[in-house]
Amino acid sequence: MSILEVENLSVSFKQYTDGFKEINHKVISSLNVTLEAGKILAVVGASGSGKSLLAHAILGILPSNANVSGIIKYEGKELTPIRQTALRGKEIALVPQSVNFLDPLMRVGNQVRTSVKNGDAVSAQRKVFERYRLGKEVEDMYPFQLSGGMARRTLLSTAMVSDAKVIIADEPTPGLDPVVIKEALDNFREFADNGCAVMLITHDIESALQIADKIAVFYAGTTVEIAPVEDFVGNGEAIRHPYTKALWRALPQNEFRPIPGSQPHPSSLPPGCLFEPRCEMATAECRQAPPKMRELRDGMVRCIHAT
Amino acid sequence: MQLEAKDIGFRYGDGPWLFQGVNLTLEPGEIVGITGPSGRGKTTLCRILAGFEAPIEGAVHFNGAPLPNNGYHPVQMVLQHPEKAINPRWKMHKILNEGYQPDKELLDLLGIEREWLTRWPHELSGGELQRFCVARALGPNTRYLIADEMTTMLDANTQAQIWHAVIEIAKKREMGIIVVTHESNLMRRLCHRVIDFNK
Amino acid sequence: MIPSLKNANKRSPLNLKQRTLFKILISIVFLAIVILGGVLLDEGRIVTNLNERNSAPSLKHLFGTDWLGRDMFTRTVMGLSLSIGVGLIGAIGSTLIALFLGMAAATMGKMADRLISWIIDLFLSVPHLVTLILIAFTLGGGFKGIVIGLTLTHWPSLARVIRAEVMQVRSAEFVQVSQKMGKSRWWIALHHILPHIAPQLLIGFMLLFPHVILHEAAVTFLGLGLSPHEPAIGIILSESMKYLSSGMWWLAFFPGLCLLIVVRTFDQIGENLRVLMTRTHD
Repeated sequence: MSILEVENLSVSFKQYTDGFKEINHKVISSLNVTLEAGKILAVVGASGSGKSLLAHAILGILPSNANVSGIIKYEGKELTPIRQTALRGKEIALVPQSVNFLDPLMRVGNQVRTSVKNGDAVSAQRKVFERYRLGKEVEDMYPFQLSGGMARRTLLSTAMVSDAKVIIADEPTPGLDPVVIKEALDNFREFADNGCAVMLITHDIESALQIADKIAVFYAGTTVEIAPVEDFVGNGEAIRHPYTKALWRALPQNEFRPIPGSQPHPSSLPPGCLFEPRCEMATAECRQAPPKMRELRDGMVRCIHAT
Repeated sequence: MQLEAKDIGFRYGDGPWLFQGVNLTLEPGEIVGITGPSGRGKTTLCRILAGFEAPIEGAVHFNGAPLPNNGYHPVQMVLQHPEKAINPRWKMHKILNEGYQPDKELLDLLGIEREWLTRWPHELSGGELQRFCVARALGPNTRYLIADEMTTMLDANTQAQIWHAVIEIAKKREMGIIVVTHESNLMRRLCHRVIDFNK
Repeated sequence: MIPSLKNANKRSPLNLKQRTLFKILISIVFLAIVILGGVLLDEGRIVTNLNERNSAPSLKHLFGTDWLGRDMFTRTVMGLSLSIGVGLIGAIGSTLIALFLGMAAATMGKMADRLISWIIDLFLSVPHLVTLILIAFTLGGGFKGIVIGLTLTHWPSLARVIRAEVMQVRSAEFVQVSQKMGKSRWWIALHHILPHIAPQLLIGFMLLFPHVILHEAAVTFLGLGLSPHEPAIGIILSESMKYLSSGMWWLAFFPGLCLLIVVRTFDQIGENLRVLMTRTHD
C-alpha cells in the first residue's frame, strides 16, 4: 500500500551568478517516487544529484529561494505546507545525518520525550532506550557526552517514539565501521517490519542493497531507475538503466571499472536524456527530448533503449 | 625514500593514550591499508604522518631523517570532506594551483573539466571538489599520499574514477599510499598489505 | 501544486542583491552630497548678520537663523561634514587597531593572546565615553585630542570579533593543507585569513562610523571636544540649549534631526553590506 507518493516533482533555485544576475537552477526535474508501508526504498545517487533536496521537499524544509512544483501525496491526500508542518516530526520523521541535529543544551532523555505524542513520555523514552541498549545514565547526558554510535541511536529513538509512519533517513551511515553500519541498517529494517515506510537516502549502493526492498537511482536531479534489489546480481544483466549498470560495475567487489565524465551541472543540463552525453547506447533519438519514466520488468526506467 | 614511524604514541593533554608504540614502515610504491573500528586513532595517526600533528612519543622519519617542518611536505593527505579542505572564497583554479601547476594530463586523468576552473566551490558537488583536492595533493614532490576515507562520501563511479587515477600515478612515480577505509572490498582491491589497528 | 511553497516572490525588476546595492548607492550619494555641501557652501552665509537674527525657518533660511543671524542650514551641513570627516578618521584608525590586535592575538602565540585579550577586556569594562573624555582632555581637547581619543577607544569589540574569526580560520583544514604545501605564515595570513575577515572588517568599519560620530558630538556637546570656533554639530546643539526656552526650537531640531539621519544612513550601509556579503550564495 503506497503511503507517500511524489509525482512530477521539480525544484529550482534562484542563484546569483558572478555579478548581480539571478538565474534559475533546476536541481530536481520531473521526479517520481512512491513509499510503501513496510518497505524500504533506498534513494541512491552521487553527491549533487538532488537526493537530499527530495527529503527536504517532502518535509517542507526547503530554503525560501526554492521554487517547487508537482504533487506530494500523503495517505492519498495532497501534502500541503500546513499538513507538512503538522505532520513533520510526528507522522513523517527525519533521521538526520549528523549529531548536530540534537539540541546541545538539552539532556537527551528530555529531547526524546518531547517527541512522544501520547501516553507517558518518560516510560516510552525509557523503553526505547532499553531497546537500543542505551543505559539509564544516558538520559541525563548532554549530546557532547555521547559517542557517535550512542548519538545515532538517540536520533533513532526520537523517530521511534514519535509513532512515525514515514521515516526519512538522510545519509545515516557514511564513515562508520561495518559493525555500526550493520546495526543502523538493522534498525531501519525493524522500522519497516513494524509497518513504517522508510526512505533511505545514501550514496552508498552497497549498504542500500543490504536492507532495501527497492532502489531508486538518482542522476542529475531525477530518478533514472527504480528496481527491486534482487536485480543487483552478477554483472548486472537484470539492471535496466545504463547509469545504474555503470554504478554496479564500478563497485570494488565487481569490476571496479568507472565510466568517464561526470554528472551535468544544473545550469547546463543536456536537452534530451540527462545521461546521453556519457551513455554508450546513446543515439540521435536520445538527444531529442527527455525520456519519460516507463514500466519495465517489475520496475521503472527512464531510457528508451532499456530492455 | 622510506617513510618510517617509530614507536609513536599520542594523547590529548593528560588524557588516556589514544595509541602507543605504533611502528610502521612504508616503501616507495607500496599501498598499505589501515583498518580498525572508529575512535582508535586512525585519523590521528594519519595526521601525524602528514605532519599536521606532532607525536607525543616517538618520531616519524622520511628517508632516514625527521620530517621537514617548513616547505613542501613529502607526505600529503586527502581527507574525507573536500568542502572543509577548500577555501570557500577562492575560485577553483586558485585552489588547484595553490601548491604547483598540475599538467593537463593529470586533470584529464582525474576527470577535471576545464569549465569547473572558473567556478566557486559551492557550485560544485563533493565528488567534483574531491578531484581537485586529489590533484592538489599530487604535486611533483609528493612521495607518499595518505587517503583518510578519501572516497567514503562519493558514489561508486566517482570512487573508481579517482582511485584509478591515483593508482596510475603512484605506479608511475613510485609513490607510496596509505589507505584508510571501512570498506573491506575497496581495501582488498587496492592494497598490497593491510594493517589492523585493532591491536 | 504546492501553493505556498511556490515562492511569493513578486517579480520586481531588481533582485535582492541589486536592490541592496541600490540602497547602498543612495546612502553613499546622500553622504557625498553632505560632504560636498560642507566644502562648497559659502562661508559668507555663516558670518554674523545682525539684521536677520532669530528668524524662523523660511525659504531663504531653510533651517532658520541663530541669535547672531547665521544661516542654520549652512552651519548644520558644515557641522555634519566635519562630523563625517572626524568619524572617518576615527573609524579607520579604530578598524586598523582592531585588525592588528585581532590578528596578532590569534597568530602570535598564547602570551600575546592573553595580553591582548586582557587589554580588550580592560577597555570594554570602562564605558568608552569615559575613556574618550579622559584621553581627549589629557591631550588638551581640540581636533587632535578628539580624533586620537576616538581612535583609541572604539576598537575593542571589533578586535574581539576579528580575533575569534581568525582563530576559526586558522584551524580550518584548508589552512593546514596550505601549510603542508609549504606556504609561509605571511602568505597564509594574506591569502587565506585576510579574505575571510575582510567582510567582517568592512561591516565592522561601517558600523563603527555612527558610534564614532555620535560620541564625537556628545563629547563636543560637553565642551571637551572640538573648539567652539568649529561649526561642529556638538557645538551647535550645546549652544542652542540656551535658546530653547525662548521658543527657538529650530536651533536644535534641524541639526539634531540631520545628525540622526546621517547616523542612520551609515547604519543602513553597514546592514545592507552585511546582507550583500552574507547572502551571495543563495
